[in-house]
Amino acid sequence: MQIKSPNFKENARIALHNVELQEALGQFKYGFPVNRANAIKRLPEFDDLRDEARDLKNHIIENLDIYLEQFESKVIENGGHVHWCRTGDDANKAILDICKQVNAKTVTKGKSMVSEEINLNDYLEKNGVQPVETDLGEYILQLRDDHPSHIIAPAIHLNVNDVSETFHKHHKRPKTEDPQALMKEAREVLRKQFVSADVGITGANFLVAETGSSIIVTNEGNGDLTQTLPKTHIVITSIEKVVPTLEDMSLFLRLLARSATGQEFTVYNTLSTGPKREDDQDGPENFHVVLVDNGRSEMVGSEFQDMLRCIRCSSCMNHCPVYGAVGGHSYGWVYPGPMGSVLTPKMIGIDKAAHLPNASTSCGKCEEVCPVRIPLPKLMRHWREKEFEKHLTPKAVRFGIASWAFFAKRPAIYRWLSRGSAWFISTLAGKKGRLKKLPLAGGWTDWRDMPAPQGKTFMDQWKAKQKAGE
Amino acid sequence: MTSSRRLTIAMTTMPNNRKNPKVGLFVTCLADMFRPSVAFATVKLLEASGCVVEVPEKQTCCGQPAYNSGDKATTADIARQTIEAFDGYEYVVGPSGSCIGMLHYYPEVFSDDDPWKQRALDLKARSYEITQFLTDIVNFEQINAAFEGTITYHDSCSGLRQLGVKDQPRKLLSKVENLTLNEMEEAETCCGFGGTFCVKYPDISNRMVSNKTQYISDSGASTLVGGDLGCLLNMAGKLKREGKQIEARHIVEILADMTDTPAIGEAEYELAKAL
Amino acid sequence: MSRAEILGNIRQGLGRQEATAEQRDKALARIAAHKATIIPKRSQLDRKGQIELFREMASGAAAELIDLNELAELPSAVSTWLKQHDFKSLVSASDACLNELDWSPLGDIQREQRIAQSGDVASLTTSMAGIAETGTLMLYSRPESPTTLNFLPDCHLVLLKESDIVGSYEDAWNLVRQNNPKQMPRTVNMITGPSRSADIGQKLQMGAHGPCVLVIFILKDG
Repeated sequence: MQIKSPNFKENARIALHNVELQEALGQFKYGFPVNRANAIKRLPEFDDLRDEARDLKNHIIENLDIYLEQFESKVIENGGHVHWCRTGDDANKAILDICKQVNAKTVTKGKSMVSEEINLNDYLEKNGVQPVETDLGEYILQLRDDHPSHIIAPAIHLNVNDVSETFHKHHKRPKTEDPQALMKEAREVLRKQFVSADVGITGANFLVAETGSSIIVTNEGNGDLTQTLPKTHIVITSIEKVVPTLEDMSLFLRLLARSATGQEFTVYNTLSTGPKREDDQDGPENFHVVLVDNGRSEMVGSEFQDMLRCIRCSSCMNHCPVYGAVGGHSYGWVYPGPMGSVLTPKMIGIDKAAHLPNASTSCGKCEEVCPVRIPLPKLMRHWREKEFEKHLTPKAVRFGIASWAFFAKRPAIYRWLSRGSAWFISTLAGKKGRLKKLPLAGGWTDWRDMPAPQGKTFMDQWKAKQKAGE
Repeated sequence: MTSSRRLTIAMTTMPNNRKNPKVGLFVTCLADMFRPSVAFATVKLLEASGCVVEVPEKQTCCGQPAYNSGDKATTADIARQTIEAFDGYEYVVGPSGSCIGMLHYYPEVFSDDDPWKQRALDLKARSYEITQFLTDIVNFEQINAAFEGTITYHDSCSGLRQLGVKDQPRKLLSKVENLTLNEMEEAETCCGFGGTFCVKYPDISNRMVSNKTQYISDSGASTLVGGDLGCLLNMAGKLKREGKQIEARHIVEILADMTDTPAIGEAEYELAKAL
Repeated sequence: MSRAEILGNIRQGLGRQEATAEQRDKALARIAAHKATIIPKRSQLDRKGQIELFREMASGAAAELIDLNELAELPSAVSTWLKQHDFKSLVSASDACLNELDWSPLGDIQREQRIAQSGDVASLTTSMAGIAETGTLMLYSRPESPTTLNFLPDCHLVLLKESDIVGSYEDAWNLVRQNNPKQMPRTVNMITGPSRSADIGQKLQMGAHGPCVLVIFILKDG
């Protein structure tokens, strides 16, 4: 995916003027967040589960090498293969190699954000293998040559009409705007793909070290068909997904669906362990796990380590007022919202992604709803520190901070500055109480009035009163 | 006294239950410059609750602009200055969850082996947002105020999520005569102020504050009340720009029965009447 | 070598060399113990409570529940359901408990035992457990019960014995381990209601890729 994060401001401006997107986002906030709140009301242990999940993830990271090696040995014991990939390129090559080994022409794909991260579809296509996205949202996007704007509801930015046009164009069937009919149409078209694909690629929500299993969580059942029907199943996933046991996985599953869509449990939670057994009548003959690093191992021990706890539930973006205003595409890369604002700078560089951790009011809602209690605002601030240290902070901002700091560190002249500013603005406002325009404050007064100061500063008035002996 | 000498003096003024505690008022820049009446109302409430209030001269800003811009060195400089300014006070109280919240971040600014770390922790332990202080620390119940009208309350982010200010303002407001509180939808959603955010990303901030003013006006309230001037200036400015007939006030003005001053962004009453 | 680099980075970040035997043993012992963490109170009920909760949660997830007093009623119950929906065929798992039944009530409805194929309208399988906590069925792949039966047909009919209803996921994992002491089955499915998606215009629709209908025949304890 082409990196558009440096244009965040422009992307956001366009998004704010996109009437249909704004409608979709307006509707969106009454979906997942409301369902989540209701689901939590029904589970009094929810906050205890979050504490437990945070601690368990921390334990996993402290022992990450051990659990990964254990997972690997179990996969091999079950007759599967593990491919360790430091970079996206390594992972793409590993997957293409597997496809070539089995002479694959088409691969079906379940939803995988890691595959978006490494541009897997483009790579496969360029090398003669046709990937077919099977998650309904991802399928729609693939037909439109579009990208996900949300990590679990990828086509959230599109409305029924958009889908109707797209299906009409590609399926060559009579146009319908009935969502049920549209879904049935996709079901029929994709069924052929499921059955004929040579390879099925899925992501993984968790990897279980105890058993060498991978699990996917879906509502549609597409991932299940993807990993059952073709002769080869490839799991593409990242190193922080490993958990020790099935019981540990259950802890995260209890949090995942509720934090994501607000369901009690996702419809299908499917565990895959190795290739099919000798007597099994169906299931893949080959099982591969492609373990992608792509910068994650460097986060261990860094100020961003907490981010490795993320279970990709999307709760942070579902509740983020900035995401709610500009949608996922504005962020300009794979992962939007607060979790993306922490991950993206690590993966594409803070120089390109500097806007993301800055475009936050630090309101803290994301941290409040995170099932594994990642201090997202703090991590975003760490990126601002990195940016400042590297002198990437825009000159005007640096100058502003430096000038303000000069005064703020000198109480006596700070008084003088406050007094002057209060006098200046209140004089400009006269008796109106507010200003429609204020020099150098266009960012404010373009959109809202500037309430005027009352007049003399508190410090001056207080001193005068003290002197007068009040 | 130089800062290094001050450092050697143990300053562990932990909260106690003694009567007439000595409180250092953290004025906050916005109250100082834009709305002194908020600081005076805070003083009035603190004194009514039996506190002895002083206003340390050496205080300026809490340092949030530097902290949020990633400038650690400047943040530490300002933190040290603020810690010194409030040495010796049993409590530090201010009319802003955001600025008091920043004081609570000071310990993160210093490394564990830095002697300032302990002083920062000490300051954190005695710093309170005003409604929190009145409710949770001095258990102040004698609100002697009346307010004619229906209000709606905006929960500012730092106060709410960092300091746990949620029930305290509502409890205090419930003691104000004739006042009716109509909760708005999404009272806990950020108004889009965010310090420098509102000028760095003005159109996103505008979308957020527009959502907010819609909820405020849907609540049917005639007055918006909040505990942070930054948020209030933002929302009041938007309400005025939209021509909505809704006033905005800081909660302490209502609790201290000091609502004879014009509301935020309003003209003098005489002038308003004349127009 | 990606593997060495990744593991090396992790260890560097953790500030240590390769894990000591002690660290490794501790982690492996944790795996071997596979202790449960927090199990919500609501799934810790007596049998009657578990059965009620399963029914409530499964219905809440849009599964259709049909009660059976004895196993022998299954063929006619399946037949009635298929006829109601005008289905002419059924593809079935080949568990002994199903094969022992008299399937003559199906009449002209064709019953086949094979893996599922595109176009199959209805399948019948058994289930290892019902998990009360969320009304979830647990099934796993076996020669008698291929996984395609659970996903390809339009309708999935499942037999669940009341006695197989457990409280929590953890209870179910222990059953999987008991039934498969050597190795996990290739596929373990946890199924909670029929397939669905809200990817088109944020409107929730049933039947995306998996079964559009999930029917659970609940067999009362004898």
